Amino acid sequence: MLNDFLLLMKSELVLAFILFLLLIIKVGKEVTNERLLSLIQILLLGNFIYGFFFIESGSLFGGMYITNGLIAFQKSIISLGIYLISLLFSDWLKKSEHLPEFFILLLSAVLGMFFLISSGNLLMFYLSLELATIPVAAMANFDLDKKISSEASMKMILSSALSSGVLLFGISLIYGATGTIGFDQIPTLLDGSSLQILAFVFLFTAFAFKLSIVPFHLWTADVYEGSPMAVTSFLSVISKGAIAFILLTTLYKVFAPMHILWYNMVMLLSLITMVVGNLFALRQQNIKRFLAFSSIAQVGFILLGLSSHSIEGTSSVVYFVLIYVFSNLAAFGVAGAISQSYGKELIEDYKGLYQTNPFISWVLALSLFSLAGIPPTAGFFGKLFLITAGASKGNYFFIIVAALNMIISLYYYLRIVRAVFMDKNDQPIAKINLDPSTKLGMIICTAGIILIGLLSWVYDYITTLSI
Amino acid sequence: MNLTLLILLPLLTAVVILLMRSGVQVKWSALIGASVQFVLALILFFAFRKERASGNEAQMLFELQYKWFPSWHISFHLGVDGISVAMILLTAFVVIAGVLVSWNVEKMTKEFYLLLVLLSLGAYGFFISLDLFILFFFLEIAVIPKYLLIGIWGSGKKEYAANKLALMLMGGSALVLVGLLGLYFNGTEKTFDLLLLSKMQIPVMVQKICFPLLFVGFGVFTALFPFHTWVPDGHSSAPTAGSMFLAGISMKLGGYGCLRVATYLMPEGAREYANIIIVLSAIAILYGAFATMMQKDLKYINAYSSVSHCGFVLLGIGMLTKTAIAGAVMQMVSHGLMTALFFAVIGMIYERTHTREVNEMGGLIKVMPFITTVLFIVGLCSLGLPGLSGFVAEMSIFMGSWQNPDPFHRIATIAACMSIVVTAVYILRAIGKTAMGPINDRYLLLEDAKWNEKLAAIILIAGIIAIGIAPFWLNDLITPAADEIMHKVAGK
Repeated sequence: MLNDFLLLMKSELVLAFILFLLLIIKVGKEVTNERLLSLIQILLLGNFIYGFFFIESGSLFGGMYITNGLIAFQKSIISLGIYLISLLFSDWLKKSEHLPEFFILLLSAVLGMFFLISSGNLLMFYLSLELATIPVAAMANFDLDKKISSEASMKMILSSALSSGVLLFGISLIYGATGTIGFDQIPTLLDGSSLQILAFVFLFTAFAFKLSIVPFHLWTADVYEGSPMAVTSFLSVISKGAIAFILLTTLYKVFAPMHILWYNMVMLLSLITMVVGNLFALRQQNIKRFLAFSSIAQVGFILLGLSSHSIEGTSSVVYFVLIYVFSNLAAFGVAGAISQSYGKELIEDYKGLYQTNPFISWVLALSLFSLAGIPPTAGFFGKLFLITAGASKGNYFFIIVAALNMIISLYYYLRIVRAVFMDKNDQPIAKINLDPSTKLGMIICTAGIILIGLLSWVYDYITTLSI
Repeated sequence: MNLTLLILLPLLTAVVILLMRSGVQVKWSALIGASVQFVLALILFFAFRKERASGNEAQMLFELQYKWFPSWHISFHLGVDGISVAMILLTAFVVIAGVLVSWNVEKMTKEFYLLLVLLSLGAYGFFISLDLFILFFFLEIAVIPKYLLIGIWGSGKKEYAANKLALMLMGGSALVLVGLLGLYFNGTEKTFDLLLLSKMQIPVMVQKICFPLLFVGFGVFTALFPFHTWVPDGHSSAPTAGSMFLAGISMKLGGYGCLRVATYLMPEGAREYANIIIVLSAIAILYGAFATMMQKDLKYINAYSSVSHCGFVLLGIGMLTKTAIAGAVMQMVSHGLMTALFFAVIGMIYERTHTREVNEMGGLIKVMPFITTVLFIVGLCSLGLPGLSGFVAEMSIFMGSWQNPDPFHRIATIAACMSIVVTAVYILRAIGKTAMGPINDRYLLLEDAKWNEKLAAIILIAGIIAIGIAPFWLNDLITPAADEIMHKVAGK
């Protein structure tokens, strides 16, 4: 039993170990931020690499905790994401007065996400979701001297409290309708009665809040804008990814018998999300708000792939999230470097950036192309596979709308590219001295953006895990 | 011969350019890369002829297949038939000329050449891929370099033109994507492989939906009316080499796709919509020709005339006879060479006179005899003078069209023929005003072409004349492949 416990929960245990290490350092003697950050970066890298070893599948605590190859891989994606965040925002982190606290909060949120992905029971699911949310709300308030930051935190905590309430209501309805909360038993007891549908709708609404699916997206832009850049990137990449993974399990495993019922709903929400996200992104001036709305549109694509209910659906969603980690974090990394050095966050300020900062301009351009889905970047493959998976049910009208949405999104991504490369500016942002670890993070992201697509074995590996 | 070389070489060139420090090094490495690629294309051409002469009747030669995303039934499948070889030759000609012509680019030289090389990479890959997914991949690779080339190095309303081009081309490829997915899911088995799909019976209902999607999608690239509006803006705002690549190579991607993917894979769909294609392309031919008459700017003149000339390509495809389809391919090659040369000459003139307005020029033959001679040759080719490539291509399209005996096809053919008269008017007027007449004092000190410009012009003229006086080598290359396509379309 203890062996099982140690082996199956190894990723959570490592994370908890790092967490306690940080706590001890916090109460111990003073360490400079630089040294502490390097230590954290090394630990997180170790955590990421360790994720690929000793992968076992099995369950613990009577089915409350499940793990297998795919889940381990999903956790690795998240580990990679937090490692990249610790690299990309090192400038901001070094200057922060509360560096250990930041990572303690971040790691407890990630611990929540690990349990969330592994949960095999609605109770576990609820608890870990809360664990994954509340620390993030505290992190959103990390720019302590900024009013907008506390506003973001407040908005986040209120909206997530509301969604938790809705979720709890949904869970209680499911318990009422089926008499169980285990992921294994629920599917056998689903018969599509109206109470069960109602329960599913409530449950899905909670997901929609967290993933900012339209019409539950209203909190997103304000929270993103107010939070520090590192937190915004965590929210939009890591949180979204984790929720997308558990949504995958919930739809494909728990509510598999109701597939015909949820197919149309997911498809429709996917389209609305894409269209609304894209249309709002068109007019944004602030880069964070812009990325917020573009990430809403990306979630629309994830839903499109999810709707297919097939192995292709699973693997393409996981693959897309992996690519999304690289591309969106690269974009946030560049925006963060600029905002940290000069406090500029408007797209207008980016005019003529290429003249002074060619390296970060290319990183930004590549990441935007990847988000827009243009070859040879990985985003092209990710989006194409999502669309192909979505098309497998033969709903071509939706596919045409999705394809047209790619054009709208290209328009606004090109707006930034145009500002950076083409527009003239007498006073462009001056040369930015990048921290070496920020540079390393950007190089990793760029390599990921270019290689993950062209090396087809990455996708094949995910497919073999998904079966 | 190993076809991956055609993709690897531009990739290698791109890497070398990235590593170079000074502008001169970048230019030379780009030129060397383009020259080696040119030689490769010639080797491919002769190797292809040799294989065919030795009796190899396989539809595609030099086939290669690597595993790539096997779970989506995608493979890195390459191979060439006569049409692809012709298009690769065209690409090699235009690329080397484009590299030579841009020798004077001083602004961000490295990036400029890098994007040119990436653009050529997309074209080479597109023409040799036998898997629809890779084909689409290469089709889209070429879009962003075009956008950046126009937006950064362009002139006039460059941002507007670049945006319009990128969005319209992406729109086209979005339609292509949906069409491809329709083919993928509705064959007897799921596959993106062109040859496998061509052997399957795709349901007629699916063809009726997917054919227009694919044809219009590819058609956007090749200025199908009414989706031609990016052409004038894009071409006239682009830098010289950009216009050459756009009109010479990029527009041909569309024509090739219409033929190879849409028509070849969905013969019933092609027959169903052939009349609409004919009407639209006849409109494009006439509208393009008349619109050109009204233009005062040399680049706009060539851009609108490209709409008209590319209309012939689609007309040839829509006629669905062997001769017409072979003519359409020839027109692609011929127009590619001709229009690239035309844009090159316009670029040379513009660099010296700093204007492209026809009315402000005159008598240039006195100061730059070489450039104006080239202008005459290319103009005469454009209006279809026998002995140059334009005549051969248009002639075989008309002959192929006339093989359809019914009045509808006849009327369309006659209408298209009439455009030749209009072409003669605008071409002769433009050339006459530019080259002849009294010379403006401002232009007295201008110099003639430099070595790089001369070399570029000579390479392209060689292509034009080679097709013009000895069309059989191109015809022998294309006809068997066109035959294969017609064989499928006729359903025999």
